[in-house]
Amino acid sequence: MLAFLVQRISQAVLVMFVISVIAFAIQDGLGDPLQEMVGMSVSMEEREALREELGLNDSMVVQYLRFAGNALQGDLGNSYFYGKPTLEVIAEHLPATLELVIGASLIIMFLSVPIGVYAAIKPQAWLAKFFMGVSTVGISIPVFLTAIVLIQIYSIGITIEWFPEDTGWGRWLNGALTTEGGLPSYGRGDELTHLFGTWYSGFFSTDGIMHLVLPCVSLASIMLPLFIRLIRAEMMEVLQSDYIRYARAKGLSSVRINFLHALKNTMLPVITVGGVQVGVMVAYTILTETVFQWPGVGLMFLEAITRSDIPLIVAYLMVVGLIFVITNTLVDLVYGLVNPTVKLTGKKA
Amino acid sequence: MTTATLSRWNRFRESFLWYSFKRDKVAIASSIVLLLMVLAAVFAPLFAPTDPYDLAQIDIMNSELPPVGMPGADSAFPLGTDAQGRDMLSTILYGTRVSLLIGFGAVVLQAALGILFGLLAGYLGGRVDSILMRIADVQLSFSTLMVAIIVGAVFKASFGNLMFGEIAIYMLIFIIGVAEWPQIARTVRASVLAEKKKEYVDAAKVMGFRTNRIMFRHILPNTLSPIFVIATVQIANAIISEAALSFLGLGMPETQPSLGSLIKSGFDYIQSGSWWITLIPGLVLVVLVLVINLLGDWLRDVMNPRLYKG
Repeated sequence: MLAFLVQRISQAVLVMFVISVIAFAIQDGLGDPLQEMVGMSVSMEEREALREELGLNDSMVVQYLRFAGNALQGDLGNSYFYGKPTLEVIAEHLPATLELVIGASLIIMFLSVPIGVYAAIKPQAWLAKFFMGVSTVGISIPVFLTAIVLIQIYSIGITIEWFPEDTGWGRWLNGALTTEGGLPSYGRGDELTHLFGTWYSGFFSTDGIMHLVLPCVSLASIMLPLFIRLIRAEMMEVLQSDYIRYARAKGLSSVRINFLHALKNTMLPVITVGGVQVGVMVAYTILTETVFQWPGVGLMFLEAITRSDIPLIVAYLMVVGLIFVITNTLVDLVYGLVNPTVKLTGKKA
Repeated sequence: MTTATLSRWNRFRESFLWYSFKRDKVAIASSIVLLLMVLAAVFAPLFAPTDPYDLAQIDIMNSELPPVGMPGADSAFPLGTDAQGRDMLSTILYGTRVSLLIGFGAVVLQAALGILFGLLAGYLGGRVDSILMRIADVQLSFSTLMVAIIVGAVFKASFGNLMFGEIAIYMLIFIIGVAEWPQIARTVRASVLAEKKKEYVDAAKVMGFRTNRIMFRHILPNTLSPIFVIATVQIANAIISEAALSFLGLGMPETQPSLGSLIKSGFDYIQSGSWWITLIPGLVLVVLVLVINLLGDWLRDVMNPRLYKG
């Protein structure tokens, strides 16, 4: 176990080193800090002196070491636009993104497990087939498009007048398909509750939750089909195994077999895949936040690109890289702990 | 009359591939839809009523006209017009063309990279293998879309808006191709590992062929069918990635729109009630991606039921 721990952690450190080199290269290649600091009127000599003073004439290795040293102490420079430390800016925007991810994860958890299990137990039922069909279509719909459609239906509202108004069924169909709209489609609302530090939460007021609904559903919609398919596939495989057949032969109730015996072993691979999906989720938060003008780190990153706010771009890369590396390492470790059969030090098959 | 005398066409008609295709209604329907869309996109200049790239044909007075069937529609614009007065039908046809071109180009690039690295990793093994596969692992754990967004962001910041817009097609092919190569490399590596143990490879080695020749002339042809399956699904993924990048403003400019940038430019007008500018290109995108995915699923089932779908 110790060897496994050391191996995974050293791998994480190596990946983080590569990320920091890339981030440093971006900072070095894109921005000239001098241009941001001084105006046109500063003479060449003064520029050169300033260059020397800032250490911009040092060798790349020295400059990288200084960059990495500062980063380790939590100093990733100041944002050009906000005029304060980049990490502070990220800390202000991070809670919004985290709440989006938490909300979406809750939706995914509460829907994917029952649907996936149901589709595995009764693969021939029409409802199961319907769910699988919807999830195939769901994978093909990009997240920003789902978001736009949701805005059209639940925020702006649609009026359907296709069916004859003078018949009972026509009026009913028109009424059933027409939506009022009215759900908020941008921002987090005004009624945020202060939790601690920079964390203002939308989970504790009706207005805050209303603002969370559409973004969370959009973000969940892209991952949900994946998890349903995964849980179904894993569950079907588990149901074929000998110990399930034995439990059936023993006469245990099917509820007990399905939910106690089978589900436990189904969830193992789901944990790993779920952990790896964090990376995908971060990418999708950028898209979701753009559609809903959600003031999280994804939108902040995109705005930093348009403003060429290099320090903020670099800091975002470092923070997101760190989050990925930590979650991936944790998932590996947890998986090694809960599944004793996993080969600990060997290479991946 | 032996099978040797059959022509290529007849051999194809007697193959398992054609047999199962004929029996699968979903596959037939998807391929018809896909074929129609590809033809319409390739021959867009012939079908499109107007040329959306030609500013002289655009009249701002025609802006935001709804599709035919709604009050205020003009029959000259069957799918309505966008905020600049461009005919939606023509812009969508040209946009599909751009999306397909980028999707196809990105898959060609990632297949080239993936085949090269996959062959090297699988056949040479050892240190080359572990380095290449570690890179692939890390890149995949960051998700291909995230890598594409970051690379796109860096390119955009370093080239500037105008320059980036001019070379956007090549940039996008490059970004998506580079972001997604691990998918194909892994598949290739897995089949190379299986092929490498077979006797014909030993025979080739004994005959003294060079490593390059064995890799590309002997092993590669035997790993092509899984590559073919993955590549089909990857075209759909590349089209989605392109749309996502364009939607974020890291892709095609509005003057030369892809489906993604059409959706983006229409999104600004959805609050004023002009849903068609964004939802019609969106629908085209979904149908395009869906039929490619369905065909990919079918191909996977026919060619190799146990193949991992990335």
